[in-house]
Amino acid sequence: MALRTASGAPARLPEAAPAKRGLWAWLNKRMPIEEFVSTQLTGYYAPKNFNIWYFFGSLALVVLVLQLVTGIFLTMFYKPGELTSFDSVEFIMREVHWGWLIRYLHSTGASAFFIVVYLHMFRALLYGSYRAPRELLWLMGMLVYLALMAEAFMGYVLPWGNMSFWGAQVIVNLFGTIPGIGPGLVEWIRGDYGIADATLNRFFALHVAAVPLALLLLVALHLVALRQTGSNNPDGIEIKEKTGADGKPLDGIPFHPYYTVKDVVGIGVFFVLFALVVFFVPTFGGLFLESPNFEIANPLSTPEHIAPVWYFTPYYAILRAVPDQRMGALLMGISVVSFLFLPWLDRSPVKSMRYRGWISRTALTLFVISFVALGYLGLQPAEGRYVVLARIFAVIYFAYFWLMPFYTRIDPVKPVPERVTYHAH
Amino acid sequence: MRTDMPRARRLLLPALAWLAVSCVPLGVWAAEESAEGAGKPGADWQSWRAGTDVSDRASLQRGARNFASYCLGCHSLKYERWSRLGDDLAIPGDLLQKDLMPPGDKTTEYITTSMPSKDAEVWFGKTPPDLSLMARARGRDYLYQFLMTFYVDPTRQTGANNLRLPTTSMPDVLSEVGGLKKAVFRDAAKGGDASQGQVFDHFEPLAAGRLSTAEYEAFVRDTVNFLDYVSEPTQTARRALGVWVVLFLLVFTWLAWLVKREYWKDVH
Repeated sequence: MALRTASGAPARLPEAAPAKRGLWAWLNKRMPIEEFVSTQLTGYYAPKNFNIWYFFGSLALVVLVLQLVTGIFLTMFYKPGELTSFDSVEFIMREVHWGWLIRYLHSTGASAFFIVVYLHMFRALLYGSYRAPRELLWLMGMLVYLALMAEAFMGYVLPWGNMSFWGAQVIVNLFGTIPGIGPGLVEWIRGDYGIADATLNRFFALHVAAVPLALLLLVALHLVALRQTGSNNPDGIEIKEKTGADGKPLDGIPFHPYYTVKDVVGIGVFFVLFALVVFFVPTFGGLFLESPNFEIANPLSTPEHIAPVWYFTPYYAILRAVPDQRMGALLMGISVVSFLFLPWLDRSPVKSMRYRGWISRTALTLFVISFVALGYLGLQPAEGRYVVLARIFAVIYFAYFWLMPFYTRIDPVKPVPERVTYHAH
Repeated sequence: MRTDMPRARRLLLPALAWLAVSCVPLGVWAAEESAEGAGKPGADWQSWRAGTDVSDRASLQRGARNFASYCLGCHSLKYERWSRLGDDLAIPGDLLQKDLMPPGDKTTEYITTSMPSKDAEVWFGKTPPDLSLMARARGRDYLYQFLMTFYVDPTRQTGANNLRLPTTSMPDVLSEVGGLKKAVFRDAAKGGDASQGQVFDHFEPLAAGRLSTAEYEAFVRDTVNFLDYVSEPTQTARRALGVWVVLFLLVFTWLAWLVKREYWKDVH
């Protein structure tokens, strides 16, 4: 009996699967392993013109795995609790075999995660990867980023150093600026009238179980959406629109083996840089591990300057640039979620910066400068000219997003070629 | 088509140039005022550097001796065991027990002071802090400057004060070794902020200690070096291992690149 689809046409049976015997056939009868490999790797076509900016997605995945594995080993010795956290971290650093390495991999991994993710996001801004049809892909990615921020913040509190404590104090208090429910909400988050044992233990639960599960789910959805639309590329051209006689994109190449072997090179380069930090400058001059955190949390002794870790400082600078605390917290929130609206703010007829005009290029350049500058200013004391500068850069930061519908429309764009730009090496 | 690659680069270069150029004036504008010149003894104390080398084992051994003789009476190293200290610094067990450890302590025990913290609080106003992590929390230079800038101050209960940590509760326990000195202050800089009152000008020696100035500097360096070691006992092993890890990764990456190049020959 011939198989037919609902429309009556003969059903296309899976192309692979010539009758095999043995364990492999036994497995594939029960699990679609071959099918998965052929649809997701060997039969998944990616544009052939990826450049260096396209390494950071796979790198983010590698760092995620690194954080999960090192994190599991850390939980074997870490003991959450006001009286035990700090000591158990030092126990890991000194008396657990290879504990120091696992801990440095994890602490450096946290910063590396943000470096990789920020470069990954910059790539999307550069080549318009958030544009239709990839809006959901972008939104999933942004949710990953938000979950990552929560994960990093709570993980930062766990060693119970003095900056952990005061950083948590400042960040959690931001929720207190919400009108009406604020004060009650803060108490509910902390589980106490101050950052205390209850806070530390719930942050541990969220950091090792709840948020990682959410992260994994969101990353999976991010990849599902990517497989649906296919990758964008530096030219911002949809390769699916130009297919050959076999139905494969003319400018596409199978993800495996071409991009798997290429990504391994990127992973190698990444780990060289990563190892240089882990083995030679694990505190990274006080940016990855801050010196006040080598003193135990002390509610009676405020560090000289309270600042979050570097990856939050751009937003922290915006918070402090506003004289009114409630307004500052609001603008800080908006500065983070502004990214979510990019697919609809961008009205340029072309995706890639390669074919955009001087206005878009200037806007992106100014945005990057202001993001880096705000990051620097967030680490400085909030006084005098630092605040003035933070205000200037905050205005540029918001202008990039909220003036985008206007400047992308009048931007003089160039014609986009039919096919991607690629030079064989 | 060929013109498109340079176009992409044309975007990247101005972006980087912009970034670099725009940071220069802002950096200059935001920079703090530079410090005043020096010349008098101690006037440049804020620029004193510890300049220690944690791989110098002899220095660490001397530092351990200094710690046991002058610090352990009040300060603990509660995260370090005596046995670990002996292993890392190559101090034989009998020497460790005879010269460094308080009588009755076991080598497997953590290095703790015998001073009860309740008494310490009464005597000094606060319990002397544990020093296990002090070098990481404050930095080597801080410790060096702290130990080098004690001066006689009759207004303090301990009779001593400090430039690095003004109104410190710690007495000048090293005066026997390094001697006593007086701090000479002058009125706040002319045209400066009068509300600042007096600022430090220079040190004047009052009484010599057991060691000359140069010897005392070396004494403090060894002590700071030891505290640096204690703050992260694995740091020497970490750097040594790191060299091999990075070399391995470089070879791995080179091989991976060869594989990539071979595969990508097919892509046109």
